[in-house]
Amino acid sequence: MSDRVLIEGSEAMARAAVAAGCRFFTGYPMTPFTELLEHMGALLPEVNGVCMNAESELEAVGMAWGAATTGHLAATGSTGQGLSLMQESLSEITNARLPLVVFNMARGQGDYFQATRGGGHGDYRHIVLAPMDVPEAVELTGLAFDLAGQWRTPVMVLGDYYLAHTYQAVSVPSIDATAPEVPDWALNGSSGGSGAAKILSPLGGGVEGEEGFDLGAHYAACAAHIQAMATGVEPLIDSGFCDDADLVVAAYGSVGKFVRYACLRLRDAGHRVGYVRPITLWPFPSEAVHNAAAGSAKVAVYEQNMGQMVDDVRLATLGAVPVEFIGGPSWDHSGFGIGPDINVPDISERILEAMP
Amino acid sequence: MSNDRLFLSTDMPPSEPAALVDDFTPSLITQANHHLCPGCGEPIAIRAAMEAIEELELAHSTITVFGIGCYTAFAHNLDVEVVQALHGRAPSVATGIKRMLPEGFVVTVQGDGDMVNEGLQEVLHAAARGENITCLLLNNGVFGETGGQMTTTTTLGQRTKTSIEGRDPHQHGHPILLSDLAATLDGSAYVARCAVNNAGNVARTKRYITRAYESQMAGAGFSLVEILTMCPTGWFVDTLEGPDYLQDTLAPVHNIGELKTP
Repeated sequence: MSDRVLIEGSEAMARAAVAAGCRFFTGYPMTPFTELLEHMGALLPEVNGVCMNAESELEAVGMAWGAATTGHLAATGSTGQGLSLMQESLSEITNARLPLVVFNMARGQGDYFQATRGGGHGDYRHIVLAPMDVPEAVELTGLAFDLAGQWRTPVMVLGDYYLAHTYQAVSVPSIDATAPEVPDWALNGSSGGSGAAKILSPLGGGVEGEEGFDLGAHYAACAAHIQAMATGVEPLIDSGFCDDADLVVAAYGSVGKFVRYACLRLRDAGHRVGYVRPITLWPFPSEAVHNAAAGSAKVAVYEQNMGQMVDDVRLATLGAVPVEFIGGPSWDHSGFGIGPDINVPDISERILEAMP
Repeated sequence: MSNDRLFLSTDMPPSEPAALVDDFTPSLITQANHHLCPGCGEPIAIRAAMEAIEELELAHSTITVFGIGCYTAFAHNLDVEVVQALHGRAPSVATGIKRMLPEGFVVTVQGDGDMVNEGLQEVLHAAARGENITCLLLNNGVFGETGGQMTTTTTLGQRTKTSIEGRDPHQHGHPILLSDLAATLDGSAYVARCAVNNAGNVARTKRYITRAYESQMAGAGFSLVEILTMCPTGWFVDTLEGPDYLQDTLAPVHNIGELKTP
């Protein structure tokens, strides 16, 4: 690790991505994702990597798909809206079993469902990591590339305006120009003419012919892989004060950091309140949330949307305790997801109102 | 393989046992018995594309990127590396591959529904970028796989399932001449249009594909070969009428020839 430096979240994530071995990045400018693209554009040429300013999100995700087939670590990203355009490919890239990291610098918290439900067609999920601040984003960016390579799947880093634009003193990993090893399944053309040329397809491999290639069998294998990730990827959570809490408050991302601080201050004031902050949004840390809520009288969920993660919290607690939604949309005039309600007194008031 | 058996006389017993279809199959096509309709032009185009790869000794460096259409069946039948892309998206996927493997040889295979309808912006952006890849457009003027609906390359007056009385410019708009469009962009190096409806045109197709490949090998930039292919099933004509229908319907609008050379 290098010394601590004061840098913007976007630059910190870009440096962490390149340090993790990312060698291809592409995207289409969109607030608050833009700076990540700019920093990748500055960093990647230094390690003989490629960064492309794509003509649209459709080109971006397609280029990232192609780069991923070569076995080099590739990433793309956007904002929720741009991610909507990419979903068709993200679904197919999942079925093609390709590693890819997707940085989603969302506007507010309205895209939780899009991020965690597999926002495109088909029966799939992505690993989703939701850092609360810049140091955690650096750590989770490295983890995202590790998980993408290990599971051969897209992994999303879900941030927001605050994460992308906040300057914070962080230790960023040093960048090594050595290219990471290319895995065996990757394409480079060399298997052509061997009688067994490689194919990377969302429709599966196999030879068309008398036996037929079996799309149903491929989709069944894809489903089994999703299930293996659901149970095999370690769920991450940050929690505190839950043991004797009357009320447990759940929140994620930047907002989760503010909720955590509000709970800390409320504890100081003598209120028996605890918090849980899911870090992996998929797989959702259901067991940890369930256990944290077990001794409490109630769980409150604060998110800046109409109530999305609250569904996962309800599924995690399975009716053991009542779950109340205490969040709501929070917009300023820009619409960029700068939530004016990210405000400790306001959050504290909502928590106190929810106290059983 | 000897060429002798191509000139067998039927007046006398054959000098050797009848040839299996496999005997005529280029080595980079692993399954001779394709599942496409009788009279389809796509297998001829794929064959030319694969023969040219073999002849230019590119088999060990080629990555093909397939779109979605009838020809997609061949993605599983080739002895070259394949990335299966989405409908319309192959040029972007090919871009990512080529940028990471500049020494690799990258070819997309797409139909008119794929490249000109769904993926028009992707192919044009790749062309404008001067992306050093080769795109092959198999253009039959209909959606073959879904049963003969109108595409953007369907010619005026052409009857399809979604232009029953013939394509009417007032209702259905005008056809897009993709190669003509691509040739106007500064990033395109080689653009040609050909057909597979007779022996002469098949030979021309192979020649144009070879030139496009050579253009990519020389690093000249984007290359496109548009190949007019028969689709008697989607055109609702008898199998044997396919070549003439192509000549009378598609070829007068989508003019055959080299539009741009390096």
